[in-house]
Amino acid sequence: MTAIGKKRRSTFSILGQLAILVFGVAAPFLFPAYTFQIAMLWIMILFALTWDIMGGQMGYNSLGNILFFGAGMYISAVVQIAIVYDVAEYTAAFGAIKIDFTTAQYFTGFALGVIMAGLGCAIFAAIFGSMVFGLRGPYFAIGTLGVALAAGELVGGWDYVGGGSGISMPVYPGDVQPRALFFYFLCFISAIATFMFLKWVYSGRFKTTINAIRDDEEKAEAMGIHTTRYKVVAWGIAAFFLGISGAIFGNMIGFIEPLEVAFPTITLGIFMVVMSLLGGKGTLWGPVLGATLFHLFKEVTWIYLLGWQWVALGTLIIVNVVFFQQGILGWAQDKWPEWFGIVVDEKMSAEQETAREAAQ
Amino acid sequence: MTSMIEVSGVSKRFGGVVANNQISLSVPSGRITGLIGPNGSGKTTLFNSIVGFHPIDEGSITFEGKEISKLRVPQIARLGLLRTFQQTRIYGKMNCMDNMMISVPQRRMPLSRMFVKFSAEMLERAEAILEFVGLYQKRYLPAGSLSFGQQKLLEFAMALINEPKILLLDEPTAGINPTLINGLIDRLRRANEEFGITLFVIEHNMRVIMNLADNIYCLAHGEMLAHGNPGDIQNDKRVIDAYLGAH
Repeated sequence: MTAIGKKRRSTFSILGQLAILVFGVAAPFLFPAYTFQIAMLWIMILFALTWDIMGGQMGYNSLGNILFFGAGMYISAVVQIAIVYDVAEYTAAFGAIKIDFTTAQYFTGFALGVIMAGLGCAIFAAIFGSMVFGLRGPYFAIGTLGVALAAGELVGGWDYVGGGSGISMPVYPGDVQPRALFFYFLCFISAIATFMFLKWVYSGRFKTTINAIRDDEEKAEAMGIHTTRYKVVAWGIAAFFLGISGAIFGNMIGFIEPLEVAFPTITLGIFMVVMSLLGGKGTLWGPVLGATLFHLFKEVTWIYLLGWQWVALGTLIIVNVVFFQQGILGWAQDKWPEWFGIVVDEKMSAEQETAREAAQ
Repeated sequence: MTSMIEVSGVSKRFGGVVANNQISLSVPSGRITGLIGPNGSGKTTLFNSIVGFHPIDEGSITFEGKEISKLRVPQIARLGLLRTFQQTRIYGKMNCMDNMMISVPQRRMPLSRMFVKFSAEMLERAEAILEFVGLYQKRYLPAGSLSFGQQKLLEFAMALINEPKILLLDEPTAGINPTLINGLIDRLRRANEEFGITLFVIEHNMRVIMNLADNIYCLAHGEMLAHGNPGDIQNDKRVIDAYLGAH
């Protein structure tokens, strides 16, 4: 029974991954007008997946994860400019300086920027983590929200990175169409990379340990688990991928500023929570499903229900948290437990099983 | 007979309440030691002090000769001093195997081992221990769906896979039906004899503790009242008075 359940699950998982890969590669060619929207879908999936590491798997509901998205964006911007020009002069000119980056300069700077964004955010997470991991439950949520809100304001007042007027990103050396495809595929690859990495870390000790921290942190400590170490690493992973997505997004948009683009705490920052809850937090596929449905719902209502779009979104959130608290996958797991391998093993015992195998 | 835990002159106050006053005891290595006393006599407080759950006000606690009264809970647990809880604590949403995997010891674990998959050998060991406590068939069920007695057995199995040197059990038989109690006593004794785990047990059930323990300490009103082998304790007038409330 378990074997069948497992087999069926892995068949679904493989089919799902194949479908996503085919769709991801074909989408910008099939629906060229929607390339940007579909690129945003991959970013949303990445958001939901990274939020779920802490919020779903570890039980630490962070409302400030958007911090790393914005930080990654700014780190990459500064790195990309700094390799050919003085950052302070560049930002002080409010976009009046047009530097012609050579193709080599642009891509070197971009690659370096993305890597530094990921690593820098992981280090940020370790530093902030040591400050806020003493907080539990709602206090942790509010504490992280405060850090993200403050980050937006602080960057807005920091002239070196352009303050409230933001930074015009280096211009992509190429035509509009290849540029759109370039950034589309970067968004796609980063979401897939996040998924594959999480699939790997969720298959072993890391997942069971952070689940233990979620369900009973005191008991986990009593069993001698390195709780602090796991918490810092979990947030570091989320920050690493969010930083990379921020770097890619900033370059895709072409212009970054602190409040609406880099640290949109009350929109994207909250959406990542809602998407995980919708799909089913604490599962690998839940955030993917939730982000896809949420993004579709949002794009459709923004087009066909304009004026009422926020009301529609609010209704979706209320229906979700009142009637489907475990999200779509959590609900499915309750309804068809045997699909998820939750069964009584009919075998009497390990010894008898071995004896029977020996007899055959 | 070397002692594994040495508690000397430990006091713990909560505001004006003296929960433990100048408690001294020693838990000999490789044996089963009991701790009894009426409700509110400070048994669980003493356990909490030993495992580092709260700081002590005075005195010293050593584990294998090493002072541990200043260490934190996970550090002490990694030394091989483990406890189970009076209100059984297992991970209800996860299945029994996952509960066992969480408890695989993390002592001397380098950073790179954080992401490893569980080896077939480790899974087999978990299954063997679940079989030892009689939960093999239920190993893929959410632990929260087990009966209270089975959850206690699971918590005990989780402690065993952690390979402790000593296990502090807080009322292992509370809330378990009498038939299951006999099985549990048998398993505790086998854990002690076959796995060589020293046991230190809080217990209210006199039949259980008198059968199980080699020597017994009795607390009352936060003070050490008596110490001796089961026979002495059973006939000690002070212990009987403490339990019947003749104070």
